[in-house]
Amino acid sequence: MDLSYSDEQKQIKEGVERFVREQYAFDTRRKIAGSEKGWLPENWAKFAELGWLGMSFSEADGGFGGGAIETMIAMEAFGSGLVLEPYLPTVVMGGGLLAAGGSAAQKEALLAPMIAGEKQFAVAYVEKQARFNLADVAVVAKKDGAGYAISGHKGVVYNAASADTIFVTARTSGGQRDEKGITVFAVDAKSAGITRRDYPTQDALRASELTFDNVKVGADSVVGKVDDGHALFEGVIDRSIVALCAEAVGCMDAINKATLEYIKTRKQFGVPIGKFQVLQHRMVDCFTNAQEARSMTLMAALKIDDADATVRKKAASGAKVQIGKSGKFCGQSAVQMHGGMGVTDELSVSHYFKRLTMIETLFGNQQHHLSRYANLSVAA
Amino acid sequence: MDLAFTKEDIAFRDEVRDFVAKNLPKDIADKVAGGKHLERDDYMRWQQALGRQGWLVYTWPKKHGGPGWTITQRYIFENTCAEMNAPSIIPFGSKMVGPVIYTFGNDEQKQRFLPDIRESSVWWCQGYSEPGSGSDLASLRTKAVREGDHYIVNGSKTWNTMGHWADWIFCLVRTNPEAKQQEGISFLLIDMKTPGITVKPIIMADGGHEVNEVFFDNVRVPAENLVGKEGEGWTYAKFLLANERLGIAAIPQSKRGVEGLKQMAKSERDGAGKTLIDDASFREKIADLEIQVTALEYTELRALSAMAAGGAPGPEVSFLKIRGSEIQQRITELAVEAVGYYAMPYQPALLWHGANEEPIGPDYAHLAAPRYFNVRKTSIYGGSNEIQKNVISKMVLGL
Ligand SMILES: Cc1cc2nc3c(=O)[nH]c(=O)nc-3n(C[C@H](O)[C@H](O)[C@H](O)COP(=O)(O)OP(=O)(O)OC[C@H]3O[C@@H](n4cnc5c(N)ncnc54)[C@H](O)[C@@H]3O)c2cc1C
Repeated sequence: MDLSYSDEQKQIKEGVERFVREQYAFDTRRKIAGSEKGWLPENWAKFAELGWLGMSFSEADGGFGGGAIETMIAMEAFGSGLVLEPYLPTVVMGGGLLAAGGSAAQKEALLAPMIAGEKQFAVAYVEKQARFNLADVAVVAKKDGAGYAISGHKGVVYNAASADTIFVTARTSGGQRDEKGITVFAVDAKSAGITRRDYPTQDALRASELTFDNVKVGADSVVGKVDDGHALFEGVIDRSIVALCAEAVGCMDAINKATLEYIKTRKQFGVPIGKFQVLQHRMVDCFTNAQEARSMTLMAALKIDDADATVRKKAASGAKVQIGKSGKFCGQSAVQMHGGMGVTDELSVSHYFKRLTMIETLFGNQQHHLSRYANLSVAA
Repeated sequence: MDLAFTKEDIAFRDEVRDFVAKNLPKDIADKVAGGKHLERDDYMRWQQALGRQGWLVYTWPKKHGGPGWTITQRYIFENTCAEMNAPSIIPFGSKMVGPVIYTFGNDEQKQRFLPDIRESSVWWCQGYSEPGSGSDLASLRTKAVREGDHYIVNGSKTWNTMGHWADWIFCLVRTNPEAKQQEGISFLLIDMKTPGITVKPIIMADGGHEVNEVFFDNVRVPAENLVGKEGEGWTYAKFLLANERLGIAAIPQSKRGVEGLKQMAKSERDGAGKTLIDDASFREKIADLEIQVTALEYTELRALSAMAAGGAPGPEVSFLKIRGSEIQQRITELAVEAVGYYAMPYQPALLWHGANEEPIGPDYAHLAAPRYFNVRKTSIYGGSNEIQKNVISKMVLGL
């Protein structure tokens, strides 16, 4: 057994970490968050140039043959700097859908330009009534000549305003919560009938509410098989969970580091507050939580491509539960140990806390994944 | 032992209900019910209505112009107001500086300051904390040097809650740098319009402005604004803190919060064709919280009962603040959990200015995450929970 990185992986790690160090000082991030798109096209061009957009795809798909570990390495570094560029929706989610289910033509038309940095993606799957159930799909795609017409509402679609292509889950048959009957479509973001309401999120990203009103798409826009999109989609979300967990690990390390530094330097009662045992123990618990989160994320990255779907699902849900728990503990503790400074916008601490809080909800919160894990593991 | 209120208490409760129903402006009650941000004028309209009735300073004895209510009446008043969605009373004047002035101030100060506090015509803020002095308050360094019949004040205060709305500030200042830490501190009342005072906003994690830095640059304060004796400010500050401890647990607000969670859980759909309230694990989380609130409420009732019998509250009051803050935080945490993805959209215009903007999710959802971020403050201010535990372990348990 060897859980260390290869030389190529070490290089990627150093490269992404250098980018974050040099291009993502906290003040710079604040400016980027307030810029027109909420992320910088020149950063994206750099990601493409350095191969970060393609590294996790197979060579056959135009990538460089890496996988979940490479994604984990990049996402962890992005998390440590609260990077705003839409790597998760574009590369991990959208790219992931194409890699897992796209036709040769779709890969050529969409995946290749994405890897080259020329296309951005968004994935529209959240529905108000569905909570975290990916199979609760009310958006419909009706047969319309040779193609389909999509209608309905999708919520909290990250990166929709910047996306060229929006992947949409829609119901082509079956009842509203049936797994069978869900189809994934790749929809041109400029299609007639799409209305967008854009907004910033709590953690300074951008998302949109999307209304589809009889949006016409061709039969060639189906990703994977008609009616069989659920398994494809769930698999990609599970992979995205691992990437998100890695981002959270980066956030936790950064927030713990900032807190440790703070309690070593902030003085009250004539001593650094880190001399008080109650804070020492809490800091140790933060450290432990981050370590557990890192371990679970690595475990999930190693198992996410397992042929057995149950193994994969348990890995993703287990990691997500751990990240939710650890992220909450590290976030709340960091704020508390910073005293008043912790609740201000001025320090980065509150921004990491906000991101960790949103991460806990994204793709299903602790409770959701605990139930999913229990059903897969304990009940099985 | 009898849990029930007496006939007189019930008549009193009806009187309070009747008053609130007639005098609490509907727009304000709606804002409170919806968890919306209140403006200075909202607080003032309600506090002035209470002031006209003589109820704003409901904890004061009759001889200082309060209603002289019993402990039970105060409890009924607080709960009734909270149930009917009245805003919390801003404590700085009526609960903090007022009692200090009537206990330690001279007659001239009582005549000058107390009527405005009773009527809420003046907004007070609290100037204790400094950048270098938070938990270790006694290390404060803002200087007041006596020059003739003035003090010249230099230094800075921070975390001033609503200082940008304040007319006056009560400050702890160092008048004697030679004396032992606690003995060199004095209690000074300062008009915020005095030249040399600058107020700078601190923006909170949720994007809101509720706290400030206050800078003093050669601010001339008439010596007659010194409360009590020079060098005794620390004693008055401790008196004030003891006064602050009851009521800080925000139990009526937390009860309202638990009810709010139930409402949310009833309207949030669960992805299985039902609502979140049908989900046993979430229901149990709310139940667990309700039990925590009940334990806290009966702790407070025990303290109130002891006080009503003429005794002092026991050690139980010491942890009201700790548990009260933890419960407030848990309520907001569960709200974030309840609203799922719709905790994510950030709508500052709607949040802060009640702008005529359509909420993106259900109307309660956009408040969930900002409140969760904001309410982390409750375990930090008013003596952090770590400091509270240090005090309890020492003073109550003798460790
Ligand atoms: C929203 C808000 C409103 C406020 N409003 C006011 C106001 O109106 N007026 C005013 O004067 N002040 C106000 N405060 C200030 C508040 O009282 C201080 O923030 C508080 O006393 C903590 O001080 P600090 O922020 O400097 O944290 P620090 O004292 O630096 O504490 C940092 C951390 O160290 C811990 N710590 C410190 N000492 C010890 C110890 N001995 N043992 C164990 N742990 C310890 C603390 O618990 C905390 O976790 C407000 C604060 C906030 C956040």
